[in-house]
Amino acid sequence: MAHHESTYNPQGRWAKWWDERLPVARLMNTQFVEFPTPRNLNYLWTFGGILTFCLVAQLATGIVLAMHYQPSGAEAFDSVDTIRRDVNYGWLISKLHAVGASMFFVAVYIHLFRGLYYGSYKAPREILWILGVFILLAMMATAFMGYALPWGQMSFWAVTVITNLFSSLDSIIPGLGTSIVEWLWGGYAVTGKTLTRFYSLHYLLPFVLTGLVVLHIWALHVVGQSNPTGLEIKTKADAVPMYPYAVSKDAFALFAFLLLFMWFVFFAPDYLGHADNYKPADALVTPSHIVPEWYFLPFYAILRAIPEKLLGVLAMFGSIAVLLFVPWLDRCRTVRSARYRPVYKWFFWLLVFTCMALGYLGAKPAEGVYVFWARIFTAYYFIHFLLVLPILGLIETTKKPPASIAESVLGDVASADPSKAS
Amino acid sequence: MKHHFKMPAFASAIVLATALASAPVHAAGGGIEIERQDWSFSGPLGLFDRAQLQRGFQVYKEVCSGCHSINRVRFRNLVEKGGPEFPEEAVKELAAGWDYQIDAGPNDDGELVDDDGEFFTRSPLLSDAIPGPYKNDKQAQAAQNGALPPDLSLITKARNTDYTGPVWFHPIHMLKDIVTAYQEGGADYLYALLTGYSSQAPAYKRDNKGKLLPVKEDDVGSDTVERCATVTHEHDEGKKDVCTPMQEGMNYNAAFAGHQIAMAGPLSDEGVDYKEDASGKPVAPLTTDQYSRDVTAFLAWAADPSHDQRKRMGWLVMLYLLITTVLLYYAKKSIWKRLKKH
Repeated sequence: MAHHESTYNPQGRWAKWWDERLPVARLMNTQFVEFPTPRNLNYLWTFGGILTFCLVAQLATGIVLAMHYQPSGAEAFDSVDTIRRDVNYGWLISKLHAVGASMFFVAVYIHLFRGLYYGSYKAPREILWILGVFILLAMMATAFMGYALPWGQMSFWAVTVITNLFSSLDSIIPGLGTSIVEWLWGGYAVTGKTLTRFYSLHYLLPFVLTGLVVLHIWALHVVGQSNPTGLEIKTKADAVPMYPYAVSKDAFALFAFLLLFMWFVFFAPDYLGHADNYKPADALVTPSHIVPEWYFLPFYAILRAIPEKLLGVLAMFGSIAVLLFVPWLDRCRTVRSARYRPVYKWFFWLLVFTCMALGYLGAKPAEGVYVFWARIFTAYYFIHFLLVLPILGLIETTKKPPASIAESVLGDVASADPSKAS
Repeated sequence: MKHHFKMPAFASAIVLATALASAPVHAAGGGIEIERQDWSFSGPLGLFDRAQLQRGFQVYKEVCSGCHSINRVRFRNLVEKGGPEFPEEAVKELAAGWDYQIDAGPNDDGELVDDDGEFFTRSPLLSDAIPGPYKNDKQAQAAQNGALPPDLSLITKARNTDYTGPVWFHPIHMLKDIVTAYQEGGADYLYALLTGYSSQAPAYKRDNKGKLLPVKEDDVGSDTVERCATVTHEHDEGKKDVCTPMQEGMNYNAAFAGHQIAMAGPLSDEGVDYKEDASGKPVAPLTTDQYSRDVTAFLAWAADPSHDQRKRMGWLVMLYLLITTVLLYYAKKSIWKRLKKH
């Protein structure tokens, strides 16, 4: 794919002048117009484009919000309320941003599970996958710091709980955890100083994220897209040019996604948030039940499933870190896609169910039967990646994929009767 | 090939459903079931009822404002579209005659205090925030036996209800709330709180194993009963249930977490005189129930003044997106038709 020859032919003197100096138009033409995309992609492959939209939307709304927001402990809560009440369309911009964060995660989780189902991480797409995991991490850090900014009760206590986790590092190197926590806090407690540095990082990280996304897209355009069969593009018949085929499909999918997005923004703007965040932060009043945003709940459940603090923290970060090794943990080399892995398919759905269950348990108090189930599902989460992927890959009898992408769409071209293969 | 992408489509639906279903829907309720009310502003089509907002403001002014501020709302908001929409002149008068003054800052001579050592104050203007009865939290607590009456500007957003049904139904319940755009948890809670007062805590009687069993008020008679704000059931054999009695000065409330609330029941029948219509009857019933509904609607607006504008714009946005999505679908279809079947 990377060796796909450019057929860009600049028209007129101006275009030629540019093409000899900075061939941006040629690059765009090669990578986003002529770029060959597998012709058998389903709608799960539209989430890359949707995610790009989410990132741009968050940047655009975020920059406007930053013009009105006051990142100080005394003013933050009031300034967010003022944005909603007195800034022109502030209620809309702030909700686009808050709901947008949730939609970003909806899309990224679908994107991630699509990769796991179709084996999109397998050679030669390891770097592409690993960049994706780093994007997820950067998103999580950005979202967490962003959630702190309204400086409501849940903001304050989420920051308190999560930053405190680092103190568990004291049990490895005495003093290390405490130092990190004090450095994060900018003092000896969560204060407005913490808020201000979170704000600074919340503005910085999206640019890191953007950089990672550029690398992710670059890596994608070097190795080409995976597809439901997991086969590579071999002939022209396997692919269609990105424009207008993939573009028209992505545009439709994006608008369908926007229907959901805007439903929340206009009709259920507070559904994905927490009522406690409409109370100003108060260091003296602990909410009865501290929970993170929904997209962190599975990880929060893993954290609390483990009775020892440091191990809990390691498991929580480990649950994301393990994704980095998926390309090598999965020992199945004969096929990529779960379509041809009758047993893996079941384990995949078990993992999906596990993540949903962990999400549910993360919203529950850490007591009694909830902890029991959180432990069961946490165990399976790691078993899936550390045992099922390697072992199953070696012993599973895979099905035979079609000979080519074209065949998977059009049927057996070579042996079909001529009337069908017109 | 159709069956091949049913699985991922199903997968995405599931992932999405989980994502949405695991969103927290709890908060202040403390596990107490709160009945949902039918509000004019419920659901994607609901809008505020002007007359109700006006009545609700009257209840706030005559009852709540004695202790609670709504200092994120400005007098001008009462005039603006989407709110109670009082006439501007009436609100100017209202502000000028408001019970509470605001700090005026130094006078023209640069003096900070008057001859008695008090800060200069003035009546609020249209552009001012509606001042509450207390200058600060300390003053409020001093006047209220240590309890702090919260500012009510965001109260309906800062409260919510708990899901109390069976676990297996929870995801379905959440999806239903998303589809019906349920956003009135705070209002439902507030209404339940305002109408949830009883003169005393419920009665219980102990059986011979030490379990506390509820007794209906009508059946109490001359029996000795225990009055418990909350009851903690002990699952271990041989242990007695624990009865938490009401504390001195607290009031029993069915909706409040722990059921003991410092605020006494603020509303009573005929406590607020609504204006009369042409036939000489009040525009709405003079009942605690009606007052509670009206003031809750008013406070729901106070917390979300752009509510009506938001939903109206939402309809246009959804309509635009629907049409465009359909057009894009057919555009995509016709483009993909160009592909030769080889």
